[in-house]
Amino acid sequence: MEINSFEDILKYCREMKATIPEVMIEYEIRKTGRTREQIIEGVRKILNVMIESVNNGLTRDVKSPSGLLNNFAKKVYNAKVNTLTVNFKKAIARAMAVSEVNACMGRIAAAPTAGSSGIMPAVITTMMEEHGITEDKAIEGLLVSSAIGLLIVKNASVAGSEAGCMGETGSAAAMGASAIVYLLGGDNRQIESAACFAIQGAMGLVCDPIAGLVEVPCIFRNAIGVANAFTSAQIALSGVESVIPLDEVILAMNEVAELMSPKLKETAQGGLANTKTAREIQRRFIYQIDIGK
Amino acid sequence: MPSIFDILGPVMIGPSSSHTAGAAKLGYVARQLLGAEPKQAEITLYNSFARTYKGHGTDRAIIGGILGMKPDDEMLRNSLEIAKERGLKYTFKLIMKAPKLHPNSARINLTDLDGNKIEMVGSSLGGGRIEIVEIEGFKVSFSVMTHTIVIIADDIPGSIAHISGAIAEKNINIANMFVSREEKLANMIIEVDQDVPPEVLEKIRSFKWVHYVRLVEPIL
Repeated sequence: MEINSFEDILKYCREMKATIPEVMIEYEIRKTGRTREQIIEGVRKILNVMIESVNNGLTRDVKSPSGLLNNFAKKVYNAKVNTLTVNFKKAIARAMAVSEVNACMGRIAAAPTAGSSGIMPAVITTMMEEHGITEDKAIEGLLVSSAIGLLIVKNASVAGSEAGCMGETGSAAAMGASAIVYLLGGDNRQIESAACFAIQGAMGLVCDPIAGLVEVPCIFRNAIGVANAFTSAQIALSGVESVIPLDEVILAMNEVAELMSPKLKETAQGGLANTKTAREIQRRFIYQIDIGK
Repeated sequence: MPSIFDILGPVMIGPSSSHTAGAAKLGYVARQLLGAEPKQAEITLYNSFARTYKGHGTDRAIIGGILGMKPDDEMLRNSLEIAKERGLKYTFKLIMKAPKLHPNSARINLTDLDGNKIEMVGSSLGGGRIEIVEIEGFKVSFSVMTHTIVIIADDIPGSIAHISGAIAEKNINIANMFVSREEKLANMIIEVDQDVPPEVLEKIRSFKWVHYVRLVEPIL
């Protein structure tokens, strides 16, 4: 069972008369020989780690060793001002919470990477809280998101060192957008469009971490990744279709990744990492880091 | 083809799959190669590991692994303090430029209470995947994706047959076997498809020409 494109997934959905989550379970059974129950329990474990990481970030003292992150998620979660709604603010805070847990050596589920690990937990826990999505349904949502992630891994990359932050938070936002659409009853074409919009919104996004740490701007890009996911899902669920099909969007993503300078791919040599202030922070806190060229 | 659990997961302690999760695995493998509670650890960090270890908790991750913590163990964060409680003495040396080694590499020297030592060099390849590249001066290459038997023995005729026989006796399937030689000694890395019962290791250990046998279990 080969899955190389979104069209492959749709083909299996038709042949098996199955939903995307069912196709992904079948794919995993054939790939690993694990049983259906083992796979579902595996995803449940990931879901529980995600929920726990959100809660930990909102309740524990999470100040990173460098001091660059210092309990920002709680500030946002408890802010008196709402730019839109309380729910939206909370969704953003949840992504930041996991980013802070990650920076403080807490337990997270990389989805698809540690650097982008705030987005999927924020999307899923927000859907559970705001839409009453059950645990079993949330697992299906995660399976849909895994399909999108798989296609990106196969045809582009989710690694910051290869595709910048586009690969990390861009992929996570696309995964999140597809899960939201599925959980709100969207069809497979709407799932596809949502993933397209999310990637388009993150196309060319660089990875330029200050002092090489997974902290700033990572935490903000995780927050924006959640907004991207809900925005993209909203547009797709409204019936707007992506002009470019997902398979081509992912190929474009791969082309952009190849065109990006290595200085903008996790090496902390360009962009924000190369600003005067970032260099000062590097010297002050983390003198071990190579300044680069 | 990746598994869906390459996309959703791994569950790990942050912040970095290469600098934290992979580093913990390297320490954990070194502990298994020692085969006893370590009392002393000398660690050399190379390249990117040397430059960015503090911000990524690479030091805590490696020490945690040496203490027997897995990459998803939240105790990793406090491993330096736990090392003190458990009487593990450690030192870190930094080498910024080691062009022959992968950017994220570490040399780990461990000593147990009886003075037994082991030396290992390993690299963290990204996404939590690791490669062990040197054991006791032997060049090796394995990734601990499955149960792996590590042997050092005299380089004599028939040694491979005896060892593979001891493994096959218990119906254990050998997936891969690598042999390298240094002077009169041979190093064997044997990857097998399932767990290995202690009697197999005991049998191999009982051969007079075998000096060292350890089983390294995969860390998932």
